[in-house]
Amino acid sequence: MVIIVLGVGATRGWRSPLIGAAAGFVVLAAVIAALGVALAGIPIGILRAVVGSLLLLFGLQWYRKGIARVAARGLAGMAAQEARDSDVPTSGIDWVGFFLSFKGVVLEGLEITLIVVSFGLVAGQLGVSVIGAAASVVLIGAIGFALKTPVTRIPRSLLQLLVGSLLTSFGTFWALEGLGVVWPQSDLDILALLVVYGLAAAVYIGLERRSLHQVRMEVA
Amino acid sequence: MRSVVGFPVAVAQFLYRFIVGDDWVVAVVMILALAATGVLQAQHFPAWWLVPVLAIVMTGISLLRSMPQQRATRPTPARSPSTSASASAGPPR
Repeated sequence: MVIIVLGVGATRGWRSPLIGAAAGFVVLAAVIAALGVALAGIPIGILRAVVGSLLLLFGLQWYRKGIARVAARGLAGMAAQEARDSDVPTSGIDWVGFFLSFKGVVLEGLEITLIVVSFGLVAGQLGVSVIGAAASVVLIGAIGFALKTPVTRIPRSLLQLLVGSLLTSFGTFWALEGLGVVWPQSDLDILALLVVYGLAAAVYIGLERRSLHQVRMEVA
Repeated sequence: MRSVVGFPVAVAQFLYRFIVGDDWVVAVVMILALAATGVLQAQHFPAWWLVPVLAIVMTGISLLRSMPQQRATRPTPARSPSTSASASAGPPR
């Protein structure tokens, strides 16, 4: 969830993704307070399928735009404002950034909560499990905050490609898991998907650059 | 009254941009691929590969379809009227 918030924030501005993440935590807290240990009965598979599908569909848009932009401009001189998405509003809430963060926080937060409740109940140590989970969220949040500045130094077009690849990988993983696919290496398969999408992006960038070079030669 | 009507329209526009974006073909194919995966998984047929493969293939097709647009928006010299006419005839996306 931190990776999604970081990537979206660096690409579309920080305000709306952070508000989305905060809203996600509020919803999560309300759900936990309302349901308590009954959370174990939530049909997480349907939630995974819906949220994963939405992330996949949106992630593919950034994946493709990132490939086209990196192919067109290369890795140099892309940090300019022109590479920013044209649909990011200059004022008010950027709902795309808000929802991407919100969904990431709610889905992963619910998954963590389910794990905490399950382990806590089985071990008879629900209080200790909750404290451990809360400490993890604070630690990961702090790491994310520390990474904020280095992430913003990455050229925007490359960042869009990276975030698009991440959203597509997470979306594919969650959507298929929600549809009943059992991943052999569990969460490690997100990395495998990331590698596959990354390699495909590299191939497409090469083909696009060759094609753009031919167009430039024709024009010249 | 206008804001009452405007809100659902704004939500619908947001959802369309979020889910479909600027290439509806990719969105439709991916939704069909997800549905097909669900059906095949229910029949105990391993279909985990379908969505990643189609995601990569459709990205390539989408990039290919956007090339005529790039050619059309690229400044072209006026030396050959036939070239500029054919370049601007790329299908809008």
